Amino acid sequence: MADPLATVETKAPPAPARQGSGRWLVLIVPYLWLLIFFAAPFLIVFKISLSTAAMAIPPYTPVFDLAQGFVGLVRGIQEFAVDNYLWLVSDDLYIRAYLSSLWIAAISTFLTLLVAYPLAYGMARAPKGWQPTLVMLVILPFWTSFLIRVYSWIGILKKEGLLNQLLLYVGAIDQPLTILNTNWAVYIGIVYSYLPFMVLPLYAALERLDDTLLEAASDLGSPPSRAFWQITFPLSLPGVIAGCFLVFIPVTGEFVIPDLLGGTGTLMIGKTLWTEFFNNRDWPLASAVAVILLFLLIIPIVLFQNMEQKRAERER
Amino acid sequence: MIRRFSFFNLTSVTLGFAFLYLPIVLLVIYSFNESRLVTVWGGWSTKWYGELFRNEALMDAAWVTLRVALLSATVATILGTLAAIALVRFGRFRGRTLFSGMIYAPLVMPDVITGLSLLLLFVAMGFARGFWTILLAHITFSTCFVAIVVQSRLVTFDRTLEEAALDLGCPPLKTFFLITLPIILPGVVAGWMLAFTLSLDDLVIASFVTGPGATTLPMRIYSQVRLGVTPEINAVCTILIGIVTVGVIAASIITKRQEVERRRAERMAMATP
Repeated sequence: MADPLATVETKAPPAPARQGSGRWLVLIVPYLWLLIFFAAPFLIVFKISLSTAAMAIPPYTPVFDLAQGFVGLVRGIQEFAVDNYLWLVSDDLYIRAYLSSLWIAAISTFLTLLVAYPLAYGMARAPKGWQPTLVMLVILPFWTSFLIRVYSWIGILKKEGLLNQLLLYVGAIDQPLTILNTNWAVYIGIVYSYLPFMVLPLYAALERLDDTLLEAASDLGSPPSRAFWQITFPLSLPGVIAGCFLVFIPVTGEFVIPDLLGGTGTLMIGKTLWTEFFNNRDWPLASAVAVILLFLLIIPIVLFQNMEQKRAERER
Repeated sequence: MIRRFSFFNLTSVTLGFAFLYLPIVLLVIYSFNESRLVTVWGGWSTKWYGELFRNEALMDAAWVTLRVALLSATVATILGTLAAIALVRFGRFRGRTLFSGMIYAPLVMPDVITGLSLLLLFVAMGFARGFWTILLAHITFSTCFVAIVVQSRLVTFDRTLEEAALDLGCPPLKTFFLITLPIILPGVVAGWMLAFTLSLDDLVIASFVTGPGATTLPMRIYSQVRLGVTPEINAVCTILIGIVTVGVIAASIITKRQEVERRRAERMAMATP
């Protein structure tokens, strides 16, 4: 029976060429763009970080001039100024800024998880008809400006701000609290700004959770809290990990939040880099700060990429 | 199974959303405050909005930002859609790991690193810094976000539709515009909007790569915020929030309606013998 069909198929005109040369443009155009504007700049940062600062425009002496060819390259390598790195290691201000960034990022990632988990859990267990609206409501603040959302906390947290007014009014405190320009304000700002990044992967993991597992646990006499720690939480771990990466990595280099909400005591490396660049105009040192920050973050970034790639391949 | 909100879940969702929305609501309310002191309520007034439109520096910055956002979102949408197609359709090609790495890394890369590295590239290439360098920078990071959004739409795509068109002799480019693009359009539109708002929002990268004469709205807002909270800034923020909210809600209504329409058309096509 299949024979006539087979002959028809062989007699049909050959399918149009799907592997035309135009097809490769689809890949090459974005590939080249990202190579030039995303990958190449890192090499330049690395190169500049090895040069010395100078009173000029641009304010550094180049390490080597490619126009001088191979000889220039060799001479350049001999003259590599690792001074910037030695400076970063010898001055404990920078080491403390790196450690304090990692520490603040770790604490605020944990706090974000604590705030996001109940919200994502409640959303995932809400009536099905409500869920798209709830997801939309989580995403909506993400569309409004980051700067505006951070700014909105200044009016709330400052000494004569709305939070202190409220707490004084209800009699919870006698003296206004100093929250703005402390690390607490930075934690609040980070949790607030990065909350959607944590809620969405958590929700995606919790929403897939099979209800029958929990029913089985309760039928077998497991109390709800134990069922949560033995079933719900382990099954939501991929969401927890994805959310933590999405918060931890960018927060480590965060500038706006520590600058606007933090105080002089808030040490974060993004702020240090900004100061070196804009106030001290030391481009090579700022580059060295960036290179080391990138080295610190490279492991979490690669882990995050692998995870996302695997997820994308599973969906395919 | 019809689920009801348990008390615990209702409380956690309510508290969560109160936390997310209260600061924004307060900011909007205080933009209508008569008093110059932002924390003292002096009655309703819209005078700060009038003041805003007379502030030329602010209006200039808004105009620069709008042009950058429109242009960069459009170019990034084209590049990002191409990148998404390459990621989903090209299988394993040489350099795929690097390519997908360059797509995912910008999602988490701290802005200070991206900004500094792009600036040093522009200096090395001898570009005059200003409008165009901000535009190039915004296109670059937005492209990655668009690629992710479009990719998630492409993976759910029924490829047999495309194959049918190709088998019937439709050239590949025409197939793309007639079949592929209309189906992935919601993803492309969402990608464009995301790119637009990311560009509207960016302070750090623009501050690094800008030159004399090109100041964006976030840069202007930032320099004023450092001097303290003012009702004018609340008013600018309220307008921006308003635009974005209306845009997002309108887009979601339109895509939902199109989806319903498409389903109906599909059902009709199935029903006709």
